[in-house]
Amino acid sequence: MIRIEPAGAEALLLVLAEQPDAHLAQRMALLAERIRGELGPLLTDLVPGWTSLLLHYDLTRTDHLQLAEKLKPLLERWIDQPLSERAGRLHEIPICYNGEDLAEVARLCRLDLQQVIELHGAPEYRVGAIGFAPGFAYLGELHPRLLLPRRATPRLAVPAGSLAIAERLTAIYPQRSPGGWHLLGRCPWTLFDATREPPCPLALGDRVRFRAIDERDFISEGGQP
Amino acid sequence: MKGLRVLKPGPLSLLQDGGRHGWQHLGVSPAGPQDLHAAAWANRLLDNPWGTPLLEIALGDVELQAERDTWLAVCGAEMPLSLDGRALPLWSRFPVRAGACLQLGFARSGQRAYLAVAGGFRAVPVLGSVSAQQREGLGGLDGQGSPLQAGDRLLCGNRGVFSHPASVPWPYRPDYRGKPLLRVITGGDAASFDEDQLQGFFAQAWQLSPHSDRMGARLLGEPLQVPARQWSLGVGRGAIQVPPDGQPIILQADHQTMGGYPLLGWLHPLDQSRLAQCPAHQEVRFTPVSVSDAQAELREFYRFFRR
Repeated sequence: MIRIEPAGAEALLLVLAEQPDAHLAQRMALLAERIRGELGPLLTDLVPGWTSLLLHYDLTRTDHLQLAEKLKPLLERWIDQPLSERAGRLHEIPICYNGEDLAEVARLCRLDLQQVIELHGAPEYRVGAIGFAPGFAYLGELHPRLLLPRRATPRLAVPAGSLAIAERLTAIYPQRSPGGWHLLGRCPWTLFDATREPPCPLALGDRVRFRAIDERDFISEGGQP
Repeated sequence: MKGLRVLKPGPLSLLQDGGRHGWQHLGVSPAGPQDLHAAAWANRLLDNPWGTPLLEIALGDVELQAERDTWLAVCGAEMPLSLDGRALPLWSRFPVRAGACLQLGFARSGQRAYLAVAGGFRAVPVLGSVSAQQREGLGGLDGQGSPLQAGDRLLCGNRGVFSHPASVPWPYRPDYRGKPLLRVITGGDAASFDEDQLQGFFAQAWQLSPHSDRMGARLLGEPLQVPARQWSLGVGRGAIQVPPDGQPIILQADHQTMGGYPLLGWLHPLDQSRLAQCPAHQEVRFTPVSVSDAQAELREFYRFFRR
């Protein structure tokens, strides 16, 4: 059951599911694209959450009641829309697994270092949401043997490109920032660059695979030591 | 191009425009002025369009020297303002001559003043906006989100000659001294809070925490009992989050784009300006308002300022 409700005076929340499922992110990406295409000029921002879309609208052009009416036919078409198997671009991201917490993660999960790297590198992940910081993509789902709560004390700063895990998710910190996740390695790429179009290569619903590289490749692929 | 040379930057002076909209889906905060009302008046006095880049000066202690003749306007917090030692009124536009020195002292009431220049300040936009976002390192004079520094030059657009000074009429100038009663549109997860907890939110006087910043205003008071965390969702300015410690946080201009804490409602957009002028430890109270009343008032505000 989809819920449509006002979110303050200038936004409208579409709750699309009670919980995320394997295809929701891709389906939401499809819906977001539709909404942008048909209602774009009325909106200032469109923010996907795990199970919802938040539409920030321009109150001088519309309001939540009018938007809700316009959304109804769009949502009806979306519900019946089949999802193409190939939806969501695939990114292969190089990772140098030399993170500060790798040994600690191995100990807590009762694995050896190589097993942590293999289990982390095995799945094909999905971008379930982007937030926290510019370009910070939440990727799910982690292998069940790697599930750990966040660190008790967050670090004040983790290096840009840090690959980390917490709970069922993995992510790369695009900028140097505070961080409470366990650091497994580094990605040599710049994952958010405001001067690039688009600024962030990952989009909601995209697929991600990790490729293990050594420290020499890390430098040759542009990583900062 | 000439403009204003920064002799004293103040503790936190930031270039702001209408905000960095259209990038929240990538986690980019919209930023923009903390007090839209005062910022809108400063631009309006100079016939600048809505969202023209201006300077947000927190707390004051700023000194600037003009490199050219132009017109300026200052609105917002009550900071002693003078040009070459001669006192000037706030909420007004005034001419400056090349070489003149503008001084803003420490704020006596309110927290932020807005300095606009005829034609606006010039900087290279980042993702469509010059608004400085320090946490994300975007916008501002250097494109990296930095606050103003001594030696910076604020380049000015080439427009605006006025025949006479002008001021904002008295009834439109807020008094930042009183204890504010801020209006809240309840909603979000409000129904998941116990009824007496919601009543408790509106009944008590909250104190503004000194740990508040442009990201969020943190309230201190009798803690609320909080329902379970939600799947993280998009959050906007004014959203009232209640984290597990029961002390609400009201999201401000530099807010994050997503959040998972239960939401009690949203601050009336026009009262966000009033909140932005409250000093640490200020006592604030809340009262409910309907979405439609808030929208009607906001539309009127936009009709006047967003020409």
